[in-house]
Amino acid sequence: MGLLSDPNRRKALTTLLTRLNTPICVVCYLAGIAWFMGLAFEPFTLRTYMSENAMGSTMVEERFPAGERALATGREFAGHKRKAGGMPVDWLVKTMQDRGLEVFTQSFSRTLPFPDENKERYMVRGINVYGILRAPRAPRTEALVLSAPCSPDNSNNQAVGLLLGLAQYFRNQIYWAKDIIFLVNEHDLIGMQAWLEGYHHTNISGMDYTPLQGRAGSIQAALSLELSSDVITSLDLILEGLNGQLPNLDLANLFHAFCQKIGVMCTIQGKLQRSDWDTAEGYTHAVQTMMLMVLKQASGRPWGDHGLFLRYHIEAATVRGVNSFRQYKTDTTTVGRLLEGMFRKLNNLLERLHQSYFFYLMPSLSRFVSIGYYMPAFGLLATILLLRVSLHCLNPDMYKSWMLQFKVICCSPLRFISGEGTEQGWRVLKLVALLYLAVLLGCTALINFSLGFILAITLVPVAACVTPHLPKAVSALAMVLLSPGCTILYCVFIFQELQEAPVSLSEGWMLFLSVISQGILDHSLFGSLVYPLLALLVYPCWLLLWNILFWK
Amino acid sequence: MAAPLTLVLVLAVTVRAVLFRSSLAELISERVEVVSPLSAWKRVVEGLALLDLGVSPYSGDVFHETPLIIYLFHFVVDYAEIVFMVTDGITAVALYLAVQNYNRNVFRKQKYALEANRYPPDCLELMRSPKEMFYIPLKVATFYLLNPFTILSCVAKSTCGLNNAVIALFILSTIKGSALLSAIFLALATYQSVYPLTLFAPALLFLLQRLYIPVNPCRSSFWLFTLQYGFMFVGSLLVIICLSFFLLGSWDFIPSVYGFILSVPDLTPNIGLFWYFFAEMFEHFRFFFICVFQINVFFYTIPLSIKLKEHPVFLIFMQIAIISIFKSYPTVGDIALYMAFLPAWSHLYRFLRNIFLVSCVLLACSALFPVLWHLWIYAGSANSNFYYAITLLFNVGQILLVSDYFYAYLRREHHLTQGLYLRRKDGSEATLVLK
Repeated sequence: MGLLSDPNRRKALTTLLTRLNTPICVVCYLAGIAWFMGLAFEPFTLRTYMSENAMGSTMVEERFPAGERALATGREFAGHKRKAGGMPVDWLVKTMQDRGLEVFTQSFSRTLPFPDENKERYMVRGINVYGILRAPRAPRTEALVLSAPCSPDNSNNQAVGLLLGLAQYFRNQIYWAKDIIFLVNEHDLIGMQAWLEGYHHTNISGMDYTPLQGRAGSIQAALSLELSSDVITSLDLILEGLNGQLPNLDLANLFHAFCQKIGVMCTIQGKLQRSDWDTAEGYTHAVQTMMLMVLKQASGRPWGDHGLFLRYHIEAATVRGVNSFRQYKTDTTTVGRLLEGMFRKLNNLLERLHQSYFFYLMPSLSRFVSIGYYMPAFGLLATILLLRVSLHCLNPDMYKSWMLQFKVICCSPLRFISGEGTEQGWRVLKLVALLYLAVLLGCTALINFSLGFILAITLVPVAACVTPHLPKAVSALAMVLLSPGCTILYCVFIFQELQEAPVSLSEGWMLFLSVISQGILDHSLFGSLVYPLLALLVYPCWLLLWNILFWK
Repeated sequence: MAAPLTLVLVLAVTVRAVLFRSSLAELISERVEVVSPLSAWKRVVEGLALLDLGVSPYSGDVFHETPLIIYLFHFVVDYAEIVFMVTDGITAVALYLAVQNYNRNVFRKQKYALEANRYPPDCLELMRSPKEMFYIPLKVATFYLLNPFTILSCVAKSTCGLNNAVIALFILSTIKGSALLSAIFLALATYQSVYPLTLFAPALLFLLQRLYIPVNPCRSSFWLFTLQYGFMFVGSLLVIICLSFFLLGSWDFIPSVYGFILSVPDLTPNIGLFWYFFAEMFEHFRFFFICVFQINVFFYTIPLSIKLKEHPVFLIFMQIAIISIFKSYPTVGDIALYMAFLPAWSHLYRFLRNIFLVSCVLLACSALFPVLWHLWIYAGSANSNFYYAITLLFNVGQILLVSDYFYAYLRREHHLTQGLYLRRKDGSEATLVLK
């Protein structure tokens, strides 16, 4: 307890903190940004490895044969979908029943709070169709899910075809120990939400749905398939789920291991891994991949149909087939074999995936950064806030006046609210704002590191530097440019740049508005926390800081 | 001062009523930080249902509150919310009157000591003025009523509020000097949860001080009064226990209530220190560590009573704090009770060394509790170690808070006898260092 009780050492520490406060803050900020950027540098990352022993060796030979038949089924599905103008329920039910599954349907309806312009829907009504393949030998306590979305336009037909083809193939195998649910959900995420809520007997989003007639036990893992072409050149893995939650890293490792075994090109964030990590281009490529993951995670929205499973503690990922201009094409049979292999491995699981990391960043599919390595970047930014707090608290002149201001503010709240502040009253307000921001950003970073870090990058400098003595016009402009709203705007532009689809200013602005409306819709439909966090918790803090800037 | 107190009471009742009617009430009543297996309202309702069926409410290991509570709620279960709000009001008013009375005594003693020239000449800035002490009772009542911990505890309908009310009435009756009432309320508090037994020592010391009986084991007046007070306490306790027996018709409330509190069979996570240890412990060593942990609660009474025998009210504050940190099933309602006393020691502010750090730690931990619970139970990404880490940090923060106030109190007493500006033998300035 020497530091806390010895007055000489305390005095030395307090003088150090008071004199060197600003330089240490600047150093911490730059160090935090540099640490974050350095995370993508390959020697600082770890190679991914399979942690779950039950998913260890990949010695089984996959034998799925019916890729062409799956494509034919997909074309049939497309025809029936066009004829029915939506989900061809009867055809799907009959086809699944022919393949020997227990088929059930669920209808759901939801009125969005306001029309969704991106997907052009307002009053959504749909039907989910799912078939359960019962495990032939083992007791039916656990399940796996393979899902494909029924999209209104001409996409994802091949996914449904492959799903039905796999269903037929799986039905003839004897090694399944878990039930497998083949789900075709309508209206992508809304249908998935309705199905999951029906399956788990919850109702968090206020959706109207019919209860599920058939159930299969607790779901251990789920894969969502998006395939829109007959041949593909690469498979993209999508991990980011609702509120920035990620599945267990073992699921990504499983996908990567099978892609390498079967010889399919695999990407993450749509970017292929490069081998020249020591060049500038290689490094920027890795940084771009990691930044895309950070931005997607920070948005808090599920980036594939798998995103809603994560909330129920079900590890899930989306596999998307991409057909680009490359020479080597992979056919549907190979994709089917890959999925068969993944499902056989997941079938071997004795308990839920828990061995590997839940919090990670991936600069590429074979390299990852765990929470122990990326959290210090945020910690350095949070240290700035604590240093500023200590500066305000250790200032000996205003110690007594600080107490006086606190008493004044507590005992006469009316005077405080009317804005008639005293000369040193803004220090108390700044202290409160700094502490509040530190606690808020800390809690946010624990749940969704990317969101916490991005908010910290812009809000920490504002909170650390704002005083009433700064030049008003310039600082007001700076504060507006660093506000959470503008942060979202920059993120939109950076995201588009990283996707190699840069947008002009007006397009970017429209995109920004649509991002905000999507955020509100996500909150009301799925319970995403980003919008209430920004509106109810982060903005008041920014307003407090604005108030300090304009203190009279 | 009645008008501001009434205003605060009205505000407190409004806040609680609004929260009772909102959707947050159900959410709060399930939080493990706010309710424990001893004080949860769900369990009281379960016990009442069993009682209505004619079965003993203690069968099935669900209900662990005392029989008097269940018979109280047997009659007022429809007005439960009003009962809890009234209980909070009673606690606040009792604390208000107690602190008011205590301040009057302190000021009177200070006046006599000043007239007798017992303070060194440079201690004038340490003297407390009536102006400074005027608002303290109101602040104490406000601290209790508007403390978020108290509000959460009331909205969750945790019986901790009733325990706090009994302890507050005990403090009021002790400070007023009524030994019989003090003994009765202390017996009631001990009957509710075993730990207020440690408050016997400070109450005894206070009453002895009030009656000008010196605390000297050689004097017979000391033993006479101790025996009187002890007899009143034990007698009331026996009467209450026998009353429970007659109401309930059997003795099975003793293992269910006291056996449960002392042997800690339920290891639901809470903000205390017991659950994680005993979840990891081998059966062979369980009894030994139960004894160690329980003795830890009672042990601090002895050295603290010896050191603070001239200052029994501060000893009551320290004891309540130690009980709420080290008891087997603490909740935030217990913390709210000793935090309500902090305005009474606001004159110690200049000697507190780490108050800012401690309050930041407590604030941050209170914010992190629900986050890490969510990550552990719902997201499955964390585990019990994270939650226990925050629990440990929270309790360390509380211990630092209490020990800081203890240090400040003793330092002020030291300055009152030795002078404020300390000089070494050769006249150079000296500073106090705690080694």
